[in-house]
Amino acid sequence: MKRRVFLSSSAGLVASVIVRPVAALAQSDVLTPLVNAYAAGGVVREGRVKFDIAPLVDNGNSVPIEITVESPMTPAQHVVGIALFNEKNPQNQVAEFTLSPLAGRARVATRIRLALSQQLVAVAKMNDGSCWTHTVEVLVTVASCIEE
Amino acid sequence: MARALITVPKTARRGEIIEIRALVQHPMETGYRRSSEGDLLPRDLIRRFSCRFVDSGKANDSGTIMFAATLHAAISANPYLSFNLRAQSSGTLAFSWEGDNGFSQREQVALIVV
Repeated sequence: MKRRVFLSSSAGLVASVIVRPVAALAQSDVLTPLVNAYAAGGVVREGRVKFDIAPLVDNGNSVPIEITVESPMTPAQHVVGIALFNEKNPQNQVAEFTLSPLAGRARVATRIRLALSQQLVAVAKMNDGSCWTHTVEVLVTVASCIEE
Repeated sequence: MARALITVPKTARRGEIIEIRALVQHPMETGYRRSSEGDLLPRDLIRRFSCRFVDSGKANDSGTIMFAATLHAAISANPYLSFNLRAQSSGTLAFSWEGDNGFSQREQVALIVV
């Protein structure tokens, strides 16, 4: 094989490896029914919601989180609520927030407890009934709920 | 009375989006933990938080709930919440926390829009 031919074919091989899309995180079977129950029949799609949390958590007793949703927050088009669920704590509900167009920005920050390394999902409900989700996986080194 | 810490800017320009931070002193006992004697510690949680905006420009305004939250055991002790408000007119922000064992705390903060 001529060197020029070999180089051009190998370049094509590298490109095909890079182009392959990154597989989306598969949502846990525990979370999906909770999300659907909160959606109450609305269409659930992934996107628009940004779940901000450290991927590696040192202390599960107090984990800072921030949820932001892409929305103009006008009376005609706004986020009415955000729900947060976890996969492996003794209780799957974390919190449900109610928002209004007065907020101007769809953002909530709080601190939560995490018992184990697990998945978390944030669901935002829009005023038209549609729901948007973001699922994240976190690693917890010191768990909550277990120690004294 | 528990201690509450609320951070709201004293003044804001009209149309500006301000950040509101509220923290209240509370153990948020989950009901899943045991004491050193092995007894289950009884659940003691804050269940409900709300923030109403009372417009001082409107007479007899009872306020609009601009943000509310239902909290569960997975919220850390001394619950901290941060959210936003688009400052349109001067008024009062009325915060309320309610929970188990008759826990109830109310706070008010004035906001001046210039």
